[in-house]
Amino acid sequence: MSAEHWFAIFVSTVIAATPLIYAALGELVVERAGVLNLGVEGMMLVGALTAFAVGHSTGSLLLGYGAAMLASMALALLFGFLTLTLQTNQVATGLALTLFGLGLSAFVGRSFTGLPIHGLEPVFHFDWVVYGSIVLFALVSVFLKRSRLGLQLRAIGESPSAAHALGQPVIGIRYAAVLFGGATSGIAGAYLSTALTPMWVEGMSAGRGWIALALVVFATWKPVRVLLGAYLFGGVTVMQLFAQGFGVDVPSEILSMLPYVATIFVLVVICRNPRTILLNQPASLGKSFHPDT
Amino acid sequence: MRFGAPLFAALAMLITGACVFAAMGQQPFSALYLFFVDPLMSAYGMGELLLKATPLMLCALGLAHGFRANVWNIGAEGQLTLGAIAGGGVALFWGAALGKFALPVMLCAGVLGGMAWAAIPAVLRTRFNTSEILVSLMLVYIAQFLLVYLLHGAWRDPEGFNYPQSKVFEDSQILPTLAEGMRANMAFILALVLAGVSWIFSTRTFAGYRMLVAGLAPAAATYAGFSEKRNIWLALLIGGGAAGLAGISEVAGPIGRLQLSISPGYGFAAIIVAFVGRLHPLGIVLASLLMSLLYLGGESVQLSLQLPSAVTGLFQGTLLFYLLAADLFVGFRLRVKPRAVPEPMARPQTEATP
Repeated sequence: MSAEHWFAIFVSTVIAATPLIYAALGELVVERAGVLNLGVEGMMLVGALTAFAVGHSTGSLLLGYGAAMLASMALALLFGFLTLTLQTNQVATGLALTLFGLGLSAFVGRSFTGLPIHGLEPVFHFDWVVYGSIVLFALVSVFLKRSRLGLQLRAIGESPSAAHALGQPVIGIRYAAVLFGGATSGIAGAYLSTALTPMWVEGMSAGRGWIALALVVFATWKPVRVLLGAYLFGGVTVMQLFAQGFGVDVPSEILSMLPYVATIFVLVVICRNPRTILLNQPASLGKSFHPDT
Repeated sequence: MRFGAPLFAALAMLITGACVFAAMGQQPFSALYLFFVDPLMSAYGMGELLLKATPLMLCALGLAHGFRANVWNIGAEGQLTLGAIAGGGVALFWGAALGKFALPVMLCAGVLGGMAWAAIPAVLRTRFNTSEILVSLMLVYIAQFLLVYLLHGAWRDPEGFNYPQSKVFEDSQILPTLAEGMRANMAFILALVLAGVSWIFSTRTFAGYRMLVAGLAPAAATYAGFSEKRNIWLALLIGGGAAGLAGISEVAGPIGRLQLSISPGYGFAAIIVAFVGRLHPLGIVLASLLMSLLYLGGESVQLSLQLPSAVTGLFQGTLLFYLLAADLFVGFRLRVKPRAVPEPMARPQTEATP
């Protein structure tokens, strides 16, 4: 293995990790506000299709990313309306969002299957979305830990009734968090269809939205560990591609299982101790809040 | 009133569907006719309706037990695949030795295969506190890769021109059909029996009652000394077993061999079926027929109007959204005077308890 070879592995790892970083950081903010959005996969798919469709027809990827963010935010708004205003069950609504996103993107995307798109241009090995992921990580870390609004958001996630009693706009901030999660899922999806594999295929996120959800648990709701976890997963994904290079004689189907097996494995390692979860998980996660109670 | 919500949701879905068809430049009413009525106008169509309803019904009946007990098994698709692999494996390797006993053994193997796959999230949840939602979903992908691996390797038909599919099962290994010229088979009867057993289990047995309490009031269940672990195990094993039966009924039924695609997402659509059916066995039977009609309608408009059949997925997702929203409005009307009580809609599954 030469130095270039290792560098190529490093580059692919970072690129494979990038969509996970966006999706997981967004979901982390949502969950810190006490909302569990299981619709990441659906929002990513809609984002992926929108970015591809707009990028293909206008030729501008920037417009594509903007449209992808808006489309995924629209889905997030729907989720917010159902869970925050109508107080439906968050798990069921999140599942509905994923199934809806899957169906919607497959339906609209039929005419875009097999079309080419000019992918993102790298600037010094990476494209701007990769650099953006680091910036987003820094922003989310500072926001949650050092800003007044971040403190409000965390307080709402721990105890919405206490925050409400102090006059905090619980529902408003939760809406904002859900919309933020929608926007980052949109970018994550857009990255799949414009950079990772520049094309549109039905169901192309292949469970990455769910892996992002698992990453948030793995990270025990801390941004820095999301970043580490995403690179770990990126590495596992890339390992399949480079395994042959190492002379590993394992069938490709077994190697393809690796990211999913790894997800289960790290979940077990983190969740094994109930106290880890109890101490780190936002106390109101997944519970509806009604201002009257 | 709680049975009004699915009707409202179905109606809202129809209106949305008409808008979607209109937006695509079709006559909304004739398109809706082609989608929802035309597939049912022939005996063959009715048979197809029962055929596609069978796996949905089986999966949804199993999942409903879990949802009622607050156990979120969303990996029925993977358990279905494993059921097909386990049952199909029996047919391929011991089919000849078993002779006329092959079919029952295959069905049992399918159930056990689905149960084994569901046992993984059960172990991890009860022993390692790991979310069954994420684990069961990850196992869907792993099951699919396992199937691909087997069909590209040891289980491939040696005379199949290298296609990734197994050899065709013997006639004695295929479920008998309900009537001549109809593809719906005995699995539909099995599904109806399961619906009856499900109803008895959830309303007339202590184990079913324990699961009900665990879903409605977890604290009360703990106080009463009901074992949470036993409920989780039971919920996942029932869900997995039923999904496994659906899987083997598909390969030992209309498909007739193991191949790469066994199900067009029945395991996921079953989640919608379970909710639309209010987690009640009778409701699930009806909801699975409706969902089956969505599949047939998708194929129908694809054939006659050249619309993408993916419209089915769109309708399915829309239906579930409307249902979740409709639940709330149904609940609102029931209130006589405003009271400061916790939201009745906070947990839709509690609504469906008989």
